[in-house]
Amino acid sequence: MILQRYLVQVSKRCFTNNYVLQSNLKQSYCELRHRYSSKVKDRRFTDRHEWVIVENDIGTVGISSYAQESLGDVVFAQLPDPGTEVKEGDECGALESVKAASEIYSPVSGTVTEKNLEVEKKPALINSSCYDQGWLFKLKLSQPDELKELMTEADYDKFLKSDVDKDH
Amino acid sequence: MCSRSITLAKNRLSPSHVSITGIQIRRLSDSAEKVRKTPLYNLHKKNGGKLVDFAGFLLPVQYSDLSVSASHLFTRSNASIFDVSHMLQTNVCGKDCVSWFESLCPVDLRGMQPGTGSLTVFLNEKGGIIDDLIVTKVMEDQLYIVSNAGRLEVDRQHMKETSDVFRKNGKDVTVNFWDVTERALIAVQGPKAASNLQSLTDIPLQDLTFMTSREGSVAGVNCRVTRCGYTGEDGFEISIPADKAESVTEALLESGDVRLAGLGARNSLRLEAGLCLYGNDIDENVTPVEAALTWLIAKRRRTDTNFPGSDVIMRQIKEGVSKRRVGIRMDTGAPARKDAVIKNVEGQNVGKVTSGCPSPSLGGNVAMGYVSEGLKKIGTELYVNIRGKDVPCKIAKMPFVPSKYYVKK
Repeated sequence: MILQRYLVQVSKRCFTNNYVLQSNLKQSYCELRHRYSSKVKDRRFTDRHEWVIVENDIGTVGISSYAQESLGDVVFAQLPDPGTEVKEGDECGALESVKAASEIYSPVSGTVTEKNLEVEKKPALINSSCYDQGWLFKLKLSQPDELKELMTEADYDKFLKSDVDKDH
Repeated sequence: MCSRSITLAKNRLSPSHVSITGIQIRRLSDSAEKVRKTPLYNLHKKNGGKLVDFAGFLLPVQYSDLSVSASHLFTRSNASIFDVSHMLQTNVCGKDCVSWFESLCPVDLRGMQPGTGSLTVFLNEKGGIIDDLIVTKVMEDQLYIVSNAGRLEVDRQHMKETSDVFRKNGKDVTVNFWDVTERALIAVQGPKAASNLQSLTDIPLQDLTFMTSREGSVAGVNCRVTRCGYTGEDGFEISIPADKAESVTEALLESGDVRLAGLGARNSLRLEAGLCLYGNDIDENVTPVEAALTWLIAKRRRTDTNFPGSDVIMRQIKEGVSKRRVGIRMDTGAPARKDAVIKNVEGQNVGKVTSGCPSPSLGGNVAMGYVSEGLKKIGTELYVNIRGKDVPCKIAKMPFVPSKYYVKK
């Protein structure tokens, strides 16, 4: 838990560092390569704390570190089945912790191609690896322009700061 | 439910919209009226408490060093301290205080020994529950009452108005409310609560049985200690002068085996213990009989039948009711939460969940709700609709986790 908190703090300063720390070496190497390859766009965030990262029109969706920390230990994940069509902002699943139930809203429109079966079996992955093994579902984007409306990592960090400061 | 529990946006992953205890907690920045701090506010901040607006008070959902489930399990195996200063503490005095109180509640206060307390309910004329509370008969002419923060204004008005009427009729009763700035209340709960507290108090705790109360020194401060709680564990509620609350709490924390716990763990603990949350499991539209709290109608009061709503309640006791509060157990899957519809095997609606959560102690999920009287039997197989899916569940005995109260043998 202390490590996780540390990671959250780090992530607010420097996302890349956080990623390197959270993943094993191979994954972080891949991720770094992705970050600089032309095919892959940046991870984008919603103000509801979902993220999406798009590669060849397929978006991978998850929740942010801030969200998983707020939610606490996730004990149940209900994810959208492949073939489900979702619009941006649609409720398409839910995460349950002892503390709360949280709906998952799709950050972009499209058709679900895959859900993370490992997360359904082991929801704790969302807490331990929210940007990597704890992804929730993938979808084929129908409106790729929607991505422009979402926050970059830097914007999201700023948003978190202002949102959190307001609250405390 | 009170208006302050309504949330605004669907921004659900934000911690400020977390629904614990079924009561939606507002974003602090949206609070129109002033949110109040308890005397332990600084202690919460110092210990990494994640503070939220709960019924108008800034209280921790959890602390940064423990997740809600870890804190829950720690309470069951060691002990935790909860800040419950938001609850309304009321002192009543006067030689007619017992008869005044019995005009509001179905408790046999007259028959209780000084120094003992009881769970009871304020009832309306229809037998509906205005609030649930703990009353302690300090002496024949002195009462100490602890009731819910969510009903603070309603309770104050109810006690004030009824005591005014009593006084106008020449009776002797005076009601004094402690403001949160004057008095704190903490709950020390768990199997190690007694040994922890005993090291700091002159009260012989082996003599202080469940639902008894007395004043004594705790860490050098004169406090009222009542053996009760809201977790199903052995434990105490300690009423402390506000300016000494932090030092007393810190002394307890230093003496070991005890950690701070927040509203999150408090809710899952009380649910496992089968204890009602006002506003979810009970409200003005249900009677104690429907709420499976018929035991709150004391024997003597059943023959006197002079408490509010006694005609309705006595008829229900005799003739039965159409719905009843039950425990609901699910071994796997998503937990049923407040307002989830309960269905029978034929798919007909037969009731509604009033609160529910995953059970850290047992695994799976626990919930309570109301079902048709014919379905209340333990073991009855039903379905609960969670986000469009009918999930199997079973009526289960409450408490889900056996209570460990320190009762007189």
